[in-house]
Amino acid sequence: MAQNKILLILQREYLVRVRKKSFIIMTILGPFLFAALFILPSYLLSLSNDELKTLAVIDSTGVFTGIIPETRTLRVRYLRNTSVEEVRAGFDTSGYYALLYIAPSIHNVPSAIQLMSYKQPNLAVSMHIANAIEKEIEKQKLKTYNIDNLDHILQSVKTQVQVRSIKWTRDGKEKSGHAGVAMGVAYLCGLLTYIFILLYCTQIMRGVIEEKSSRIIEVIVSSVKPFQLMAGKIIGIALAGLTQFALWIMLTIVVLMVYKHFAMPSVTEVLQQQPAQNLFSNSTLQPQQMITSSDFQDIFSAVVAIDFLVIGCSFLFYFLFGYLVYGSLFAAVGSMADTETDTQQFMMPVTIPLGIALLVMLSTIYNPDSGLSFWFSIIPLTSPVVMMARIPYGVPYWQVTLSAVLLIASFFFFTWLSARIYKTGILMYGKKAGIREFFRWIKS
Amino acid sequence: MHIVSARNITKSFDGNTVLDKVSIEVPTAGIYGLLGPNGAGKTTFLRILNKILIPDSGQLFFKDEPYTLVNLHSIGYLPEERGLYKKMKVGEQCLYLARLKGMSGHEAKQKLNDWFEKFNLQSWWTKRVEELSKGMQQKVQFITTIMHDPDLLILDEPFSGFDPVNASLIKTELLNYRQMGKTIILSTHNMNSVEELCDEITLIDHGKVLLQGNVQMIKKSCSKNIIEICCRGNIPDQLLPTIDGCRVLHSVTNSESFTIVINVIDGEHGNRLLQLYAEKFQVLSFKILLPSMNEIFIDAVKAGNKSSDYGTE
Repeated sequence: MAQNKILLILQREYLVRVRKKSFIIMTILGPFLFAALFILPSYLLSLSNDELKTLAVIDSTGVFTGIIPETRTLRVRYLRNTSVEEVRAGFDTSGYYALLYIAPSIHNVPSAIQLMSYKQPNLAVSMHIANAIEKEIEKQKLKTYNIDNLDHILQSVKTQVQVRSIKWTRDGKEKSGHAGVAMGVAYLCGLLTYIFILLYCTQIMRGVIEEKSSRIIEVIVSSVKPFQLMAGKIIGIALAGLTQFALWIMLTIVVLMVYKHFAMPSVTEVLQQQPAQNLFSNSTLQPQQMITSSDFQDIFSAVVAIDFLVIGCSFLFYFLFGYLVYGSLFAAVGSMADTETDTQQFMMPVTIPLGIALLVMLSTIYNPDSGLSFWFSIIPLTSPVVMMARIPYGVPYWQVTLSAVLLIASFFFFTWLSARIYKTGILMYGKKAGIREFFRWIKS
Repeated sequence: MHIVSARNITKSFDGNTVLDKVSIEVPTAGIYGLLGPNGAGKTTFLRILNKILIPDSGQLFFKDEPYTLVNLHSIGYLPEERGLYKKMKVGEQCLYLARLKGMSGHEAKQKLNDWFEKFNLQSWWTKRVEELSKGMQQKVQFITTIMHDPDLLILDEPFSGFDPVNASLIKTELLNYRQMGKTIILSTHNMNSVEELCDEITLIDHGKVLLQGNVQMIKKSCSKNIIEICCRGNIPDQLLPTIDGCRVLHSVTNSESFTIVINVIDGEHGNRLLQLYAEKFQVLSFKILLPSMNEIFIDAVKAGNKSSDYGTE
């Protein structure tokens, strides 16, 4: 009978949330937002690249004329017998993007170059200019040493280095890794765990306050035990969250596939032409030509090498138990307040561990095996976020087991604790609960 | 048989004793009133009856058996502070609450249809609760209390917040329910409704029972021996008949009759006085005036306060 009632309650909680307009809107918009995270940067990059800019150069030294290479989007015009003032006066009609002025003191004062425009000049453009002029000055300085065949020597010493990280596994195999990819995945895992715990736990708190402030709580607890109500609510919201997840993952895949199919045929072609197995044999290929596809392959193979099953399962576990631990605490916080604004003071002790977890997680993605990362991935209240950031790098089994066991144990403890506060709190009105009440409620 | 027996129920919060050894026996079939001023402990007691609170000490019996959670299915509770899920549809919400009380979905739907028809609410089934007027919400709430056909209805201040039309509608339903052999416990300040509805009452204040028993018996026992005699004609100029110890409290004259209210020593005294009046006038009516529940309530609470004041000194 008790299970039956929990089932009824979680059914209601689930249906109420899944039918909400905000749920449906977020479920549909979510994948587009996620997909936008991947698509937008490349799209923006392609946008800004298309605009053709013309750079005017006044070279008072005369030695830098012609050394700034033109690119697909950058034209360079070298102006003679004119001054900065003259160009400035006719700037609007000239169609120039910016004016570059190279002062005569350039060889001694590195800051003697000025890039002027009415707009803030693009960072890529100024880096492009600095690069070219630096090289030219280096070249000129080298020339003063009077080395024979300098151009040839320079050409032959030119090198391009790529560091490919290979991770050893204990069974003697090698795994190709990619530090950037692992970090990205770690960051994503930690952040998502944090966001979802906070998102759904806040919903629990709101639900409790809603029942309290609408006064239906007394009717409900005259039919069921407060613990059943709390448990039903927490599980119901968890299921709604998982439903949203599953829909997001499916829809994101669909959106990305559609985008790939219509807008990025080149990517799929590259992937098909050069499967990941070729990776180890192409180190002898000419670096200049292969650079982009090799980079891409590197990332691709690293992504493939990531064990999505392990990450998926750990995410499910840590999200679920992290949510359950915090969920009961948020339920208790909700029960202590009459309105949402009253919750602030009680939210603090609950959100601080979560905040700490986020901060530690930001360092964990750089140092997954540091002492800090280790301890905070074991301590229950921070472990869901921090451990999730470590998992993509690989974590010894005993550590995961220890952290998981502690998390489950703390789930029982906090649920017990919260249930005690909850059952007293839900019937208290008007009286602002303080720390003293808090302990009295636990004892009662 | 008693549907509810509470024996020596004591409950305190933070060192304040809210209920002090309260014992109440509620007979099956009938309307039982729980009276008392604000803060007397009525709501706490009703919450204990609903297992929302657990008493510090004392025993509870339901139909002469120890009280268990299953008994909650035989109880309908209307708390003083009404409330429903505002965003939920009316019908869905009623179904949900009915199922929490142990009804099957099918059974609940049938019952609800009957009740919605009775209260003229059919068209509101798919509306959200927040779209309903306050009176409508109260009706819906009343339905959710009674729809599972409980043997015991516990109503905390059932008439507060109802307009007179709805209040009388509820009253009629309660009387019907008693007719069906069910029991109703209600707490109220409204003494008129006590006289209209209640068979037995318990009056508590400061967590203690001040007065308990059948309403008519209580009224008789609180009688202050006041009689009212109504006679045809005008108040005569000559002296009214009197006996030693009688005191005329007041008199009223109408065009064709006059009424005199007299404080007598006892019933015997009253009878003798009636004889004297009957010799001189044409007596239209003779009444022994019983105190209203309102007076009894106020007197009992005042007396209780006095004794507890002495107690603390």
